Amino acid sequence: MSGGVDSSVAAALLLERGEDVVGVWMRLVPGGVDTDAPRCCGTDAAGEDARRAAATLGIPFYALDYADVFGREVVDRFVDAYASGETPNPCVSCNHHVKFDALLRDVVAKFGGTRLATGHYARVADAEDGTRRLLRARDAAKDQSYALYMLGQRELRRIEFPIGELASKTETREIAARFDLPTATKADSMDICFVGGDYRDLVRGRAPRAFEAGPVERVDGSVVGEHAGIGGLTVGQRSGTGVATGERLYVLRLEPERSAAVVGTREEITRTTYDLRDVRFTADVPPGDSFETSAVLRYRGTPLAAAVEVIPGGAFLRLAAPALVAPGQAVVFYGARRPRSGQTPDDVATEYDRDEVVGGGIVRAGRTG
Amino acid sequence: MAAKKGSITPRLTHVKRVYLDHAATTPVDPEVAEAMARVLRDTHGNPSSIYAEGRAARELVDRAREDVAAALGAQPTEIVFTSGGTEADNLALRGVMQARRGLGDHLVVSAIEHHAVLDTARDLESHAHVRLSVVGVDRDGRVEPAAVAAAIESKTTLVSVMHANNEIGTIQPIAEIGALCRDRGVKLHTDAVQTVGALDFDVSRIPVDLVSVNAHKFYGPKGVGALYVRRGTRIGTMQTGGGQEKGRRTGTENVAGIVGLGVALRLAVERRATESARQARLRDRILDGVLARVPDAILTGHRTERLPNNASFCFPGTQGESLIVALDLAGFAASSGSACTSGDTEPSHVLLALGLERHVAQGSLRLTVGRATTDADVDALLEALPPIVARLREASAVSV
Repeated sequence: MSGGVDSSVAAALLLERGEDVVGVWMRLVPGGVDTDAPRCCGTDAAGEDARRAAATLGIPFYALDYADVFGREVVDRFVDAYASGETPNPCVSCNHHVKFDALLRDVVAKFGGTRLATGHYARVADAEDGTRRLLRARDAAKDQSYALYMLGQRELRRIEFPIGELASKTETREIAARFDLPTATKADSMDICFVGGDYRDLVRGRAPRAFEAGPVERVDGSVVGEHAGIGGLTVGQRSGTGVATGERLYVLRLEPERSAAVVGTREEITRTTYDLRDVRFTADVPPGDSFETSAVLRYRGTPLAAAVEVIPGGAFLRLAAPALVAPGQAVVFYGARRPRSGQTPDDVATEYDRDEVVGGGIVRAGRTG
Repeated sequence: MAAKKGSITPRLTHVKRVYLDHAATTPVDPEVAEAMARVLRDTHGNPSSIYAEGRAARELVDRAREDVAAALGAQPTEIVFTSGGTEADNLALRGVMQARRGLGDHLVVSAIEHHAVLDTARDLESHAHVRLSVVGVDRDGRVEPAAVAAAIESKTTLVSVMHANNEIGTIQPIAEIGALCRDRGVKLHTDAVQTVGALDFDVSRIPVDLVSVNAHKFYGPKGVGALYVRRGTRIGTMQTGGGQEKGRRTGTENVAGIVGLGVALRLAVERRATESARQARLRDRILDGVLARVPDAILTGHRTERLPNNASFCFPGTQGESLIVALDLAGFAASSGSACTSGDTEPSHVLLALGLERHVAQGSLRLTVGRATTDADVDALLEALPPIVARLREASAVSV
């Protein structure tokens, strides 16, 4: 339980169904640390909200400490990613390494729980073949399945997302009211929950080398300006250079070993091919060596027609039309079907269940593709 | 809160509960609760008022003071009522270091003191120009009197060594330490929060100058305690105001709480001989049973010189937090070290002071029996605990 309305309602729904429910809140920042991050679910204040919600429901409640694993697997990775020129996705890291690894393991192995439920907007359903499938939330506007693509069968068999079945946030609030849960919604948690102000300050403090000035170059190597450090830059952002030529230039690539930022026009920075690492499939195995899918390149991003080729240690993603996704970001595959020879993967979305997450991967840094 | 709309009582709360955390707090004795209720109902006067209602309230406070003094072998004027053990400890350290400043600036405490003493001592060191020496303990958690003697120097004004440790239960040779302090002209404070009520503690025989007492450790209410201050011990105050408690602890008295403390202590003393023996037998059943049934269990604290109700262990390969959660879900209330530090995954300073390695100290469990504990409770614990430890060790091994 995060202290927010979503996880509180998830607990209420399970309770109503007759389950034995235990509330767990994860401390994610060291106790007593006064963080100014207003949306962090792992602070003492959020823990108090969670405790009150559990008390309202009359369920046992534990505050468990995951500050170490969160610091290591989420915050450190976040800093390292920016310092190495990637754009991290801390929600993906948190789900992957903290919530659905460390916490899930503790719930099952230590406390004898059969399942772990969270307040994520997504659905898990049983397929006819006995496997568990991960689906978008019924309320597409709230869907969070993108950040859950790394879940495999081992996890999905133990997971429930009760509020993913709800039609809308309005319904969530109605249920909260019915259980006398605090319905005042805090701002929804977003990308960088543990940073109060500017994330660059965090990166600067932890990885000062990423804030050494360096050249801003065009693809041909010509220097068009200087930047204050690659730790403050993200692939795809407007570069602020190129004013003289009147062109709109975006960050195309960051090269930390020589502190260089390479910029280009919109045409130069978008691509159709991406190299993915850490590729995972919800069925544990890919739907095929290669398959057509509907790829989502960012949280709540538009699905794009794509083809995936699974290779040892990763996958190649081929988009039907050029798009931009920064190294370190997750690409999630919604639905899959075997490619039909001689055809381009267009309009695939109508032909398979584009609500189902089949897997995803992380965009690899480098020039490949 | 009644008749809540979607509310359902979960089954987990129906598990039969076994309370084994009497060192954290004890249930209020019905006789104490009744005495307090009577005060709240019938006596509304302010003890400082000179009219009849005030006099009635004053009479209750005076009588409680006499009860507490009698239980400790002290004079009533030597008892200062406080809001609990923490305030008593603060008043002792801050009050004495301040009042005896002309005589010296050096404070000696043991390494296994409660945070109410240890953190206060460190605060005085940081903010009040007090020089601090911390005396270590042996593997059983005993403070060696010779080590205290060695720490005392010409400018030492106060030594603070707890009577029995709240986490591991080890009882200190407080009379010996008191004697050597007296020889050197140094005042001795002891935090006796865990022992008053449980052990014979008589200041007419033990040479100690200040004693902290806490009502809720002996079946009294929370939020009230006392500090014994031997006549002739100069002590300052931490707060200013109307001058109650002879100016040593100003503020309108918590009349019902003070009455509750007095009754609770009187009852504890009356029952002490039989209860201590009974609890010590249950404690030994737990000590022997756990050591026999849980592989690699480590007893913490002294085997015999320990509180009659305290059984404490470390189970390498487990985490205290997980032990407490798993035991709670199985119906047992226990603690990992001190209740005051739960929620903190840092290993206890007490266990580290024993020389235990951090990973061992992390798997600590404290079980403290009380008046309501039965042999059946101990049987249930000895049945439930071994598989829980085994499961947690297995789970932790996987995660490494």
